[in-house]
Amino acid sequence: MIEVSNLTKKFNGFTAVDDISFTVGKGEIFAFLGPNGAGKTTTIKILTTLLRPTSGKIILNGKDVTKDKYQVRCSFGIVFQDPSLDDELTAYENMEFHGVIYHVPKKIRRERIEQLLKFVELWDRKDDLVKKFSGGMKRRLEVARGLIHHPKILFLDEPTLGLDPQTRNHIWNYIKDLNKQEGMTIFFTTHYMEEAEKAAQKVAVIDHGKIVARGTPSELKQQTNTASLEDAFLALTGTTIREEESNHIDHMRAHRRFMR
Amino acid sequence: MQTIYILWLRQLKRYFRSKARIIGSLGQPILFFFSLGFGMNPIYQKAGGGNYIQFLAPGIIAMGIIFTALFSGIEIIWDRQFGFLKETLVAPTSRLKIMIGRTLGGATVASFQGIMVLALSFLLGFRFQNVLLLPVALIFIFLIALLFTGIGTAIASILKDMQGFQLIMNFLVMPLFFLSGALFPLEGLPKTLSIIASLNPLSYGVDGLRGSLINSAHFGMSTDLIILSILTGLILVLGAYLFSKIEV
Repeated sequence: MIEVSNLTKKFNGFTAVDDISFTVGKGEIFAFLGPNGAGKTTTIKILTTLLRPTSGKIILNGKDVTKDKYQVRCSFGIVFQDPSLDDELTAYENMEFHGVIYHVPKKIRRERIEQLLKFVELWDRKDDLVKKFSGGMKRRLEVARGLIHHPKILFLDEPTLGLDPQTRNHIWNYIKDLNKQEGMTIFFTTHYMEEAEKAAQKVAVIDHGKIVARGTPSELKQQTNTASLEDAFLALTGTTIREEESNHIDHMRAHRRFMR
Repeated sequence: MQTIYILWLRQLKRYFRSKARIIGSLGQPILFFFSLGFGMNPIYQKAGGGNYIQFLAPGIIAMGIIFTALFSGIEIIWDRQFGFLKETLVAPTSRLKIMIGRTLGGATVASFQGIMVLALSFLLGFRFQNVLLLPVALIFIFLIALLFTGIGTAIASILKDMQGFQLIMNFLVMPLFFLSGALFPLEGLPKTLSIIASLNPLSYGVDGLRGSLINSAHFGMSTDLIILSILTGLILVLGAYLFSKIEV
């Protein structure tokens, strides 16, 4: 379903993704793990047509990501790592907007929006502006929004970041159901290793832009001779804490607050 | 079609929800009316130009439109910074439709702003020369709005953050406004100023408004209409191209 060969992405001399190759099969739940700044989000941006690769070839659902952008966009859905809601619209309007631009027919759209908003327990807040929401509520809304249309491939970039264990569990059950019932391919990143261990059938670990290990969670544990995926992950990527370069979003937030 | 509609609707909702922005953007026109309009009126009349408020109103209306229009275009930068742009860019919808929806939304909002300034000028003593030409004035209002939303979109597609915005206001918007004949008649100008004014797209917008509102056009309304339409078309094509190239 996803075939990546020799993908490289450089930003002004800095190599964010360094000659990686992997494949994800149809209907697979695939975890893409790595420390901060390892190149996970950059890879996802390239897979989802938001960035052009410096070199390499990516085939998504049989289509070339750099050439048939439109067909590729028709085949996936995504929940981004950083916020992507419109703060000035209500929860319902954000959902509706997504449903319309993804061409979900009106009847199904209305049904799913109601079902999903109830599912993430935001139905009684549906007419509130998103800017009034807490971080966790926004996250839940974003996950719900990503599930309005049922794509062939679903990208989840740290979907459960900042959510409590109950909600995480709840959301994962829903995603696994989608995977089973619709054969949806799931590609996700997370920092919760037990989450990856429970949900993922296949795992790839990326560090410093390179893939350092691939396989099922149990294969990785065997390879590194460890008891849990978390220990395997640490054995593979070391214990140094990574600095992630701050983007200017934080700066912009401060700026906007100031402007008001 | 639905995609264009929902993007258009979003621009309208965002505008009408921010009351501060609507009222705030009326402040500048009011200031111009009071300081320039009432301040210069006596001397303008002594010089034989007639009522300066009558002359000035179309210029101030144009000003109201271009500020709102450019800001609507520039909003793409906000959306980029706050992540919402990604949401629209990965959707299985052509970027052309997204750009058209946004631009039409911005132009509608800016036209509304222009109409509000028109109503305001009416309260301050401005009178139409020929009410029958009012629909023509509305066409000019919309064209100016569309042109400048397009310019905003084109610029915002290239800029990565708001730092460059101030630069654009100082080196593009202000010169466009002050050198457009919004504040002074284009007759009997020094050669250089006259050439600059005739190269300025806003001159034709202001002139078209003046033609339709107070029946005194310098270039002639059909010239204004043709030039404005061609420029708007070109800018929209450029904007659509630059928008389609955005990377996040």
